[in-house]
Amino acid sequence: MTAGNEQGNDTGKRGWPLWEVFVRARRGLAHQHVGSLHAPDAAMALRNARDVYTRRGEGVSIWVVPSAAIVASSPDEKDPFFDPAQDKVYRHPTFYDVPEGAKHL
Amino acid sequence: MSSVRTLPPLAGYALALGDDALILAQRLGQWVARAPQIEEDVALANIALDLLGQARTLLSYAGTVEGVGRDEDDLAYLRDDRDFRNVQLVEIPNGDFAVTMARQLVFSAYQYELYAALKGSADPTLAGLAGKAVKEVAYHRDHATQWVLRLGDGTDLSHARMQAGLDQVWPYIGELFESAGTTSQLPGVAVDPSALRPAWESYVTEVLSEATCRTPEPRWRSRGGRDGLHTEHLGHLLAEMQHLHRSHPGATW
Repeated sequence: MTAGNEQGNDTGKRGWPLWEVFVRARRGLAHQHVGSLHAPDAAMALRNARDVYTRRGEGVSIWVVPSAAIVASSPDEKDPFFDPAQDKVYRHPTFYDVPEGAKHL
Repeated sequence: MSSVRTLPPLAGYALALGDDALILAQRLGQWVARAPQIEEDVALANIALDLLGQARTLLSYAGTVEGVGRDEDDLAYLRDDRDFRNVQLVEIPNGDFAVTMARQLVFSAYQYELYAALKGSADPTLAGLAGKAVKEVAYHRDHATQWVLRLGDGTDLSHARMQAGLDQVWPYIGELFESAGTTSQLPGVAVDPSALRPAWESYVTEVLSEATCRTPEPRWRSRGGRDGLHTEHLGHLLAEMQHLHRSHPGATW
């Protein structure tokens, strides 16, 4: 429950770990990252997220994840990670003729 | 103004419930920028605004029923402390965070039972308000419960302060469940407060036991809020709440 605490990462000056908040706006949509907050544990993080991020009816579902549990790509690795995608035109579906009348491709 | 004696029962009832919500909203608002964390700041402000919304409906309705042209602002800003009918529990100072959470647990658990019962009121305005507010209050109760559990069953220090907070608010709970004169005059419309106590007690007792706190056994109890008898704290609260409106009547922004 208190993964962030146990890992000892991302605890602020006052000892509460950081949580990333994901909100799903409507049924059928995916959860979107909306921001982060501090909370002593997962149950409180969920309640804080409700207060901070869904006060105006923004969502129907909330996920909270300990920030420490997120493995992020590093800005230093940006080139090897993402550059190769740009110059390989055959990876992009640009060589098809779109049949007439197909509106929803 | 001597509204205490002259109000019709239904107006008096709406006013009592509205004053509870209004005064607690003002108290909770005093946490803004002082809470332990900004997230808690937002949570307490949200709860305060829920209560303010309830107060607006109830005070407006009290004014309408009274029928002499007082609106929600007149009732909120132009009455003196003896005309307020809130229980003393909601006017006592916030104390530390544990005191505030003890009061929130006690009051929101009471309000939850109140609105759950008031949903069945024969008065459509009160029933409508209760139907909406019971959902808000379910969250208030949960919020307070979470904190009482964490502080009570936390460190030695947090446990001691949570218990001290409970000890401090317990003398004030009796007023919540007292059947005031107005409720017996409104059968089918008002809820008999004493009937709410068993469900309240079972909820609160369970939370306290899980939080490893004991139920306080106070040696005195407060009386008189519903009759306009208040602690010295209410006057100070009203001075802050009413000052702007009284200095600049009709001011808008």
